[in-house]
Amino acid sequence: MIEIDNITKVYDGRPAVDSVSMTIESATITAIVGTSGSGKSTLLRMVNRLVEPTSGQVRINGEPTAGLPKNALRRRIGYAIQGHGLFPHHTVARNIGAVPRLLGWDNDKIHTRVNELLDLFSMPPDEFRDRYPAELSGGQQQRVGVARALASRPDLLLMDEPFGALDPIIRTRAQTDLHRIQRTLGSTILLVTHDMEEAIQLGDQVAVMDQGQLVQHGTPAEIITNPATEFVAEMVGGVDRPLRLLSLLSVSQILEEGAAEGEPIDEKSSLREALSVCLWSGRNAVPVERNGNPIGRVTLEAIRSRAEGTHEPG
Amino acid sequence: MSRANFLRMIVVLLLLALVLQPEWFAPIFAPFTPPGAAVIYDRTSLLSLSLSHLGIVALASVAAIVVAVLLAILVTRPQGKAFLPLSRTIANMGQTFPPVAVLALAVPMLGFGAGPTLVALFLYGILPIFENTMTGLSTLPPATMEAARGIGLSRWQRLLQVELPLALPLILTGVRLSVVIAIGTATIGSTVAAHTLGEVIIAGLLTNNTSYVLQGGLIVGLFAVLIYDALTQLEASIRKRLGVA
Repeated sequence: MIEIDNITKVYDGRPAVDSVSMTIESATITAIVGTSGSGKSTLLRMVNRLVEPTSGQVRINGEPTAGLPKNALRRRIGYAIQGHGLFPHHTVARNIGAVPRLLGWDNDKIHTRVNELLDLFSMPPDEFRDRYPAELSGGQQQRVGVARALASRPDLLLMDEPFGALDPIIRTRAQTDLHRIQRTLGSTILLVTHDMEEAIQLGDQVAVMDQGQLVQHGTPAEIITNPATEFVAEMVGGVDRPLRLLSLLSVSQILEEGAAEGEPIDEKSSLREALSVCLWSGRNAVPVERNGNPIGRVTLEAIRSRAEGTHEPG
Repeated sequence: MSRANFLRMIVVLLLLALVLQPEWFAPIFAPFTPPGAAVIYDRTSLLSLSLSHLGIVALASVAAIVVAVLLAILVTRPQGKAFLPLSRTIANMGQTFPPVAVLALAVPMLGFGAGPTLVALFLYGILPIFENTMTGLSTLPPATMEAARGIGLSRWQRLLQVELPLALPLILTGVRLSVVIAIGTATIGSTVAAHTLGEVIIAGLLTNNTSYVLQGGLIVGLFAVLIYDALTQLEASIRKRLGVA
């Protein structure tokens, strides 16, 4: 568990981060969203003390970070940034093994760990270990960057706009990968993004920052259905709100008995996808399957009533 | 063998022949020799002059590299920023001061011989290396530097494992410029009795013997070309490894 306690950073008399407090539960993803200049990156960088807080405290599993030597602290916290920041003169294997090497792991252990991570990111070790970053595609470089951040099994992974430099298609894939890997490894992730869509897709919790202050912190559904301020509502985007909410719910949640015509969809699909399928194929209901076996159907009516649920005064 | 390597081999062989078997070239140099004078310089072995010439250049260059790189590292640290203008001025002065003047001023202090030449080449060689190292260290990819700090590399580890390796191609460019200038400049060291290939050239000038001047000039020129080429190759291979080619 990571506790950020009343943390403030003042630059030239102006607070960049203004007494922010939040708690990040272990094995969850928290996405901090905000416009540029909202203080979100500064907040993130105070966790591994790339920026020293003016006041306030960060505790990792109850231990205040201020008491630890900076470099020792940073080696315990994974760090992945926009534009990957790989060492161009080191091979992929050496890049990923950077932190374990700093921690003095023996070579066999590093070797095994690097292979493990490359496998996890679907990059065959035999093919990729000895390549240099310049020989990889943007998406691959970014995966190596995240693998490097995860290498020492850190207590916490900080990510600053990790997908910012990727094109949209690769970005979606990278987000899906990150989600899968986070669930597999049970990592605790604190991620900064300017993209509300990304925050809603990835975050178990979303924290919205505006002008140095934490204006709302809650689950994606809470943020969408009940934005705390005008600013949050604007970030969520008025018109798209029902669609965003639907994208958080899976088909299995409104599954009903019965059959329907046409091509089935998987029970793990989101309601947004189900809606899209209904509209595109002109059907009022779509069959749902689990591992290829039909288990029921989802109706346009049911999807609509879920979306209408968001029409609370906000 | 590629064309470039073939050319390289020819130049190396030509240089070796000029240094080790100068008499082979007597027919070529004969037309430039005044009547009655010797065609081929034979007062000292050209091999010993070459080795001593390269030795002086190497010694002065190593000293210049050490000082210039250390200075550049110092002024690119946050604590050293204040010294930047001062070190720039000093390095620039070293370059503006003509080597001949340095020789003239150094002789009274260091006496005749290699000493004044070493000082002149050293001072003259600092600037290109200093400027390039500084550029290299202050134009590192920001994301890489941020990551290096963020994953917990200490200052020293960042300097030795990231900053210097990444700045290496630019540092080498500076070294190459500096070394090539030094190879040429070392010839004037012979005016104050340093044992360099300048002896051959000066002997030719004093006795109006153009063939001596040609011999000395050719050998110095070929050394400069080959060393320039070798350092360029080294730089290119490092750049390629860094993925910045």
